[in-house]
Amino acid sequence: MKFIGRRHSMAGTSPAITELKMLEIRNLHVEVEGKTILDGLSLTVKAGEVAAIMGPNGSGKSTLSYVIAGREDYDVTNGEILLEGENILDMDASERAARGLFLAFQYPIEIPGVGTMTFLKSALNAQRKARGEAELQTPELMKRVREGAKRLEINPDMLKRALNVGFSGGEKKRMEILQMALLEPKLAIMDETDSGLDIDALRVVAQGVNTLRAKNRAFLVITHYQRLLNYIKPDSVHVMAAGRIVKTGGPELALELEKNGYRDYVSEAA
Amino acid sequence: MTTDITQIRTPAEKALISLYANEKDRLPGSEPVKALRSEAFAEFERTGLPHRRIESWHYTDLRSQLREAAPLFSVGSSEFEDSLRHVQPSVPDGYCFVLLDGIFVPELSDLDQLPAGVRVRSLADVLATGDANLVERLAPKGLGTGDPALSLNAALMQGGVVVDVAPGGEIAKPLIILSVMSAGAVHAAYHRSLVRVGAGAKVTLFEIVDAVEIGSNQQNGALVLELGDGAEVEHLTRISRQGADAIIINSVLASLGANCQYDGFALIADGGLVRRQIFLRFDGEHSNAAVRGLSLLSGKRHADTTLVVDHAVPHCTSREYFKHIIADEATGVYQGKVIVRPHAQKTDGAMKSRALLLSDSAAMFNKPELEIFADDVVCGHGATVAQLDEDQLFYLRSRGLPRAEAEQLLLEAFANEAVEHVQNEGARERLMTYVSDWLAARK
Repeated sequence: MKFIGRRHSMAGTSPAITELKMLEIRNLHVEVEGKTILDGLSLTVKAGEVAAIMGPNGSGKSTLSYVIAGREDYDVTNGEILLEGENILDMDASERAARGLFLAFQYPIEIPGVGTMTFLKSALNAQRKARGEAELQTPELMKRVREGAKRLEINPDMLKRALNVGFSGGEKKRMEILQMALLEPKLAIMDETDSGLDIDALRVVAQGVNTLRAKNRAFLVITHYQRLLNYIKPDSVHVMAAGRIVKTGGPELALELEKNGYRDYVSEAA
Repeated sequence: MTTDITQIRTPAEKALISLYANEKDRLPGSEPVKALRSEAFAEFERTGLPHRRIESWHYTDLRSQLREAAPLFSVGSSEFEDSLRHVQPSVPDGYCFVLLDGIFVPELSDLDQLPAGVRVRSLADVLATGDANLVERLAPKGLGTGDPALSLNAALMQGGVVVDVAPGGEIAKPLIILSVMSAGAVHAAYHRSLVRVGAGAKVTLFEIVDAVEIGSNQQNGALVLELGDGAEVEHLTRISRQGADAIIINSVLASLGANCQYDGFALIADGGLVRRQIFLRFDGEHSNAAVRGLSLLSGKRHADTTLVVDHAVPHCTSREYFKHIIADEATGVYQGKVIVRPHAQKTDGAMKSRALLLSDSAAMFNKPELEIFADDVVCGHGATVAQLDEDQLFYLRSRGLPRAEAEQLLLEAFANEAVEHVQNEGARERLMTYVSDWLAARK
């Protein structure tokens, strides 16, 4: 997990995609207040794979990430979401997290009054407790947090502040990646991680992600623009429109989308 | 034409009238004190128990809530010293003055090692000597005048302490007035204390209302606080460990000289029905007052904080920040009145109330009032009533915290934002522990 050595090859590729299905979504139908948002979505992401989902606004990308993470405001009317072969739909968000799911939020939430370190410790130890592991002691935690913060060019002073409060957009995104690095998820969903980032922040964040690529870890990178995929090279690209995956291809598909836009897929889906 | 109005007395009012008749000759005090009592009781009789048609008591209808007026207890329980041990762990290091059932108990108080510059006397002794100056100060004019609960307190005050901090004194450890109700049958206590902080003196004062066992007792306590010019006072209050039917009235009558700093903080948790009322007046220029509080309410408990801040002189700053966490069918009330007198120019006043409701049956009433008669002032107020933020909860849960833990973390954050302003470290730690224990027990 050394970062410095990889600096010259920022757009890392997956070490090895295995045959193990990390995430499998089967025929997922989701409604919000009676309105269909996801309409028979199916998708498989294998361990070691970085899968990108691209789609126009309103195609249901953020809904997909929230539903996988376990937000309750959505009615799942049909389908399954399997994490390592196990249906997680009936599990609480915290249980899913303990099983290795991580969602990097498009808009990370500010939590006044909760210190960043307190939060990191609570989160990490809640997951360890749920998995029957021993709690991580504060000195070891501090060490890991400081190292991670340094790699992500996070000012140590930020760790003393309340979580995300008064952080800039870029700082919030870096904090998401820091959390991801500490929690070592099996499946990380990156929801529009590039939104609101300038090019330098984007590079740092992408480097943070690339460092974590591993054969027992999968990424689902959700984005509107191809730009992010210059920095985080996907193994597969899925086009989402009107609540389902309408096309699947390799990295070249992202470039095609950048050139031609989503128009063809939107009309096709409708 | 005149109409005779016959006031219908509630059983509790009738009981209070006979209580006063029976006790008035036994209560401490020389002639001027007796006159004060009798005048105060006459005032109480005119209004009766406060009810919802008295504006300042609108949300706390004591007349309907106080069904029986409990009798007074006299000091006597020999097991008291033992029982006090239950109370002590939550009391920080300091000089503790114990009021048992409203009566000062010197044997249980830290009178031996008082620091230089601190003088403590029993209120009953002071009343007995009838020092006219002191008697006048015990019922300061223009602070809470006419308030029925205060009138009742003045009429029935059994005991308390008179504390004098010499000018320039800097008292490191807090002075603690610990008011405890003994175990046994339901009883009432009326106590009043006077704390005078001399010019330039610095002190932390901690009022603790506690009980040896959770009971349905009634306490009506008042604190008269005088700050000399340049005095700095941190005034902490904790009202806690009462039964759901307990009735606690806690009044503060504070007057600030010039260049003073007053920092108040009150934690109300498990108080039954609580009415805390603060009457604070700026008598000297360039003084600052920050009054804060946190109320934690569950069951059918009720806590009312009512403030009247009187900017009688120019160039003073007042801040009021109150927070409530309200669960179940509990009710919180915050009424804050800021008066800016016509010549009190350059007044700076700000008031904020924030409440979190944890159930659909929980209720919060906010009533900010600004009475501004000067034209060159900055005054504002804000109040929010909300539930725990689902976005914040989901964020925490998505990181692995089970819902209950996530809620606890957010509630502690909300509460600690208020408690962290407490400057005295020992007191702050114990208040924080009390808060997190309360929150943990709620689950």
